[in-house]
Amino acid sequence: MTLQEITGSAHNFEECMKCTVCTAYCPVVPVNPRYPGPKQAGPDGERLRLKNPEFFDEALKYCLNCKRCEVVCPSGVNVADIIQEARIRYSQSKPKLRDKILASTDTMGSLARPFAPVVNGVLSLGVTKAMMDGVLAVDKHRTFPKYSSESFEGWFKRKAKAAQDAFKEKVAYFHGCYVNYNYPQLGKDFVKVMNALGIGVELLDKEKCCGVAMISNGMSKAAAKNAAINSGAISKVVEKGLRVLTTSSTCTFTMRDEYPELLHIDNAAWKNSLLLATRFIYEAVDSGRKKLIFKDSYKARIAYHTPCHLEKLGWGVFSTRLLKMIPGVEFTLLDSACCGIAGTYGFKKENYEASQAIGKALFEDIASVAPDVVACDCETCKWQIEMSTGYKVMNPVSILAEALDTELTAEANRS
Amino acid sequence: MAKSNEFDVIIIGGGITGAGTARDCAMRGLKVLLIERHDIATGASGRNHGLLHSGARYAVTDQESATECIEENMILRRIASHCVDETDGFFITLPEDDLDYQAKFVESCRSAGIRADIIDPEEARRLEPSVNPDIIGAVRVPDGSVDPFRLCAANMLDAKLHGAKVLVHTEVTEILKEGDRVLGVRTLDHVTGEKSEWYAPVTINAGGIWGHGIAEMAGVQVGMFPAKGALLIFAHRVNNIVINRCRKPANADILVPGDTVCIIGTTSTRVPYEECDNMKVTPEEVDLLLTEGAKLAPALATTRILRAYAGVRPLVSADNDPTGRNISRGIVCLDHEERDGLKGFITITGGKLMTYRLMAEKATDVACRKLGVDRHCATALTPLPGSELGGFEETIKKIWTMPATTYQKATAFRTGSSAKDIEKGVGLVCECEEVSSGEVDYAIRNLEVHSLTDLRRRTRVGMGTCQGELCACRAAGMLAASHGCAERARKDMREFMNERWKGSRPIAWGDTLRECEFTNWIYNHVLGL
Repeated sequence: MTLQEITGSAHNFEECMKCTVCTAYCPVVPVNPRYPGPKQAGPDGERLRLKNPEFFDEALKYCLNCKRCEVVCPSGVNVADIIQEARIRYSQSKPKLRDKILASTDTMGSLARPFAPVVNGVLSLGVTKAMMDGVLAVDKHRTFPKYSSESFEGWFKRKAKAAQDAFKEKVAYFHGCYVNYNYPQLGKDFVKVMNALGIGVELLDKEKCCGVAMISNGMSKAAAKNAAINSGAISKVVEKGLRVLTTSSTCTFTMRDEYPELLHIDNAAWKNSLLLATRFIYEAVDSGRKKLIFKDSYKARIAYHTPCHLEKLGWGVFSTRLLKMIPGVEFTLLDSACCGIAGTYGFKKENYEASQAIGKALFEDIASVAPDVVACDCETCKWQIEMSTGYKVMNPVSILAEALDTELTAEANRS
Repeated sequence: MAKSNEFDVIIIGGGITGAGTARDCAMRGLKVLLIERHDIATGASGRNHGLLHSGARYAVTDQESATECIEENMILRRIASHCVDETDGFFITLPEDDLDYQAKFVESCRSAGIRADIIDPEEARRLEPSVNPDIIGAVRVPDGSVDPFRLCAANMLDAKLHGAKVLVHTEVTEILKEGDRVLGVRTLDHVTGEKSEWYAPVTINAGGIWGHGIAEMAGVQVGMFPAKGALLIFAHRVNNIVINRCRKPANADILVPGDTVCIIGTTSTRVPYEECDNMKVTPEEVDLLLTEGAKLAPALATTRILRAYAGVRPLVSADNDPTGRNISRGIVCLDHEERDGLKGFITITGGKLMTYRLMAEKATDVACRKLGVDRHCATALTPLPGSELGGFEETIKKIWTMPATTYQKATAFRTGSSAKDIEKGVGLVCECEEVSSGEVDYAIRNLEVHSLTDLRRRTRVGMGTCQGELCACRAAGMLAASHGCAERARKDMREFMNERWKGSRPIAWGDTLRECEFTNWIYNHVLGL
């Protein structure tokens, strides 16, 4: 039993020893003097807010919710949760139109997809960017991820669903908005890898955006609505004995940790059945249950960037070990540092400079390694790194799909 | 012209009674000298609940005190808005209490002029979620919380603004007499070691429990009954409404939210007069406070405790009540000329923090009569410095057009309208309580601050969760810059940290103990003290 378990109360902020290591590790503090830092904004601020809600400071919106404060805290204080909860409870500022647009990944995706070529063209025009910069305060340096003309779900139904019945072993896949609307290729890669492992894929009955962007844009009620739908759909497949896999570290983290902490959605029944695909694959291979056979021809210099939320989950190790299994890979683990985008945060005009300043160390690190490709489990890190460094960023699952000899792997896993 | 050591009135004791009397006398045009042995609000004035009594607690047993309380309660809301938090209070009935007492209680409150509304237990739980969910009855009364340090400092500051001279860390060593008349006092300055004599036709003994010794020095007897009361401070506000037990006053039955913390108390035990200078809280008292406290708000059982402390009530002996619970909290104003034939000497004692203003008024009335001055008391109508702009929310809106920063709000919460005179400063000194260097600097320049402990009472530096861990060294640096002696600041810092440990020690377990250990690393091992 730890001291926290003995003395712990509902008031987790009281366990703060004021060592200030969270503030020392916060990526925002060095670049934005208006942000009070995690210690002041979190446990210290909470005491003041309990005395009078007038002490809520709107500057808490500068928190990236990267959770690095929680990773370093030696006392187990949920610093970032305290900050996000305070924003939910006390903030008087309503989300702007811009914030609502940025946060509604699901709705925007469904609206844009049928007109993808036009929307993508318009969104990439200089004049559109200038207008969005001026009218919506979406920074002009940013490019929206391109919309795909066919959604992942559409492709899956049309091309893959029938073939899944051939597999006895099954997993469910939570694809997320990015795979569905912007980058179905990652979902296709996932299905390819799973099938090679002898595992069939099914989708959830109903899948909604995990809600991370809504939480960070002050739309916690809408987020809780999505969370309830997802929780129900996940429970249903978990009850059947399936695991639910994802290819986004942020969706995974949000559903596992933010649902109970911030949205008060009880996920105890399925929390441990929701896994990032890399963890599932690594564990299956490591235990000898599954085999991976790679193409001899695959050669790549890969630098891996650990997303903040994966750092918080403590699961970066699964992705990196998996990549290191590929014989043709020359692997570099980049220093742990936030890329600065934090989902929709970096898209906002007022955060652009801070966002780039936060990511600077990482960008320089990548440039000095000069890899063939950067690997990363988070889609928003991918946009930020691609925009800021010019290096191509791939999800480890896509790298696996490229490096695997799928026929030999499928054969090895059939016996 | 009068000599610089001649005054109209000398007031001994810089507690709330002395500070309030100094203000009243000075506002009535008297030339005032206030003398305090330590710092202002070091005795019972700074060692209590900080409860803005509605008077309900005394309604059943002591109607006179109850009436005084509610009248002063309403006055303090007006004149000391920056010291008062208008929280309201509950008197709760638990299953083991007699619910019949509630009717008697409400009737007594109303006859004393105290608003008392019986509310549904469900409603009480909704309004104050921390309250014991098992309650079977609740009465809402106009209790509140009042910061005694701020109240004392504001009275002293106003006395000074009206021309009073204030001597802190100066002890009265002798009452100067000629025959049956008190002429003045001889003092020892504990900082400089200087001995001085001060003269005035009237000397007022406002020494609280120590008034016993001061009276003896003057050759008269005031039978004091020192009743120790122990309290615990929790690390954050568990409740936002004062919670009392609806029964005859007993131990540990009041939980008061005060500033960033909440306080459970008290006990009541008679202690020998000689021990009044060195109060220690025993493990039995801690146990009792925690057990009884958790009945008011169960969360207290798992909430981090910051400190334990004890004060001594300046009760005036009446009968053979072994605990002092039955002694009236009424005001005792003694004109020793009438009582003992000693001219020029007044003792003002008894009473409570709540009724300090009325005590001051009574003592000042007697002093004015003796001096032949015919001026009326105006302290009930004139806001104290800091309270001119109204409550906290109004004050911040009136001072800053832009949204105030967290530390500006914290400063305004503590100093009220005086926040507008406080420079921005370069950063935070105390992080837990958001005290800026500007506020520390203001206190050092205007509020008679000579040590870190004095500074704590004026600003809350070192009163937060870390108990001085991060702020003591910063504040010591600023004090050293003001008085120019690094060695004195180092000694001061050692004493301050030891004093913090004294309060943590009786409750040093769990997170509090971890924090103490961490503080020990910093001060002993990193700073090498």
